[in-house]
Amino acid sequence: MKQFTVKWFAAYRAATGLAQEQVQSSAGSPSELFAEMTKQHPDLGQYSRALVAINDQMASWDATLSGGEQVLFFPPVAGG
Amino acid sequence: MTHPELNTPTPPSSTGYFAISSESLNRKALRASLQDVSSGAFVLFEGWVRDHNEGRKVLQLEYEVYEPLAITEGNLILQEARERFAISLAAAVHRQGLLKLTEPAVLVGVSAAHRGAAFDACRYIIDDVKARLPIWKREHYADGTTEWVNCKVKD
Repeated sequence: MKQFTVKWFAAYRAATGLAQEQVQSSAGSPSELFAEMTKQHPDLGQYSRALVAINDQMASWDATLSGGEQVLFFPPVAGG
Repeated sequence: MTHPELNTPTPPSSTGYFAISSESLNRKALRASLQDVSSGAFVLFEGWVRDHNEGRKVLQLEYEVYEPLAITEGNLILQEARERFAISLAAAVHRQGLLKLTEPAVLVGVSAAHRGAAFDACRYIIDDVKARLPIWKREHYADGTTEWVNCKVKD
């Protein structure tokens, strides 16, 4: 199992009740990790998936996670 | 470091800057920072807080910003605009926190030798700011409820 720091923002923070959590997971990508997290936090299911960042860099949903990363899940953005 | 006129944490580069501000946005300061003797055109876009969205009456708006990435990605958008369009200077400032009706939430300014490039670059910047930056908007409605905008899965 790998260890990740997951950060939640805006609607996701409201759905999970957490700004940040430490997660043990075998997920190989943000996409797999988000799917696992949705099982733990079913309220995430009501929101769309949007952008993801790894260690403060924008990343793709199928990027490789090797463990130790900080994974930032962003709900659909609405600036402007 | 603080920009002397905008009172924001991001120092301007020689060709423009992106900043996040918790204070009211200062359009005069933004315009002054983009003045340039080779420019014959200046375009300013302002995004304002309006009183309705999708049929609901809005009383105020709240913006949440993940600042480290918003500033990096915002400066990248400005750099892309400078590469794609024949402009002199470009800058943008986005609010965070609670905003009242009619307050500007975002300012985008572009100076250029000619107006066409200034309009095109300004449009490019605001469209990408809305689509790419980690910024979220929560509407506060007249009935006392709130909602994060655009987040719900469509039925």
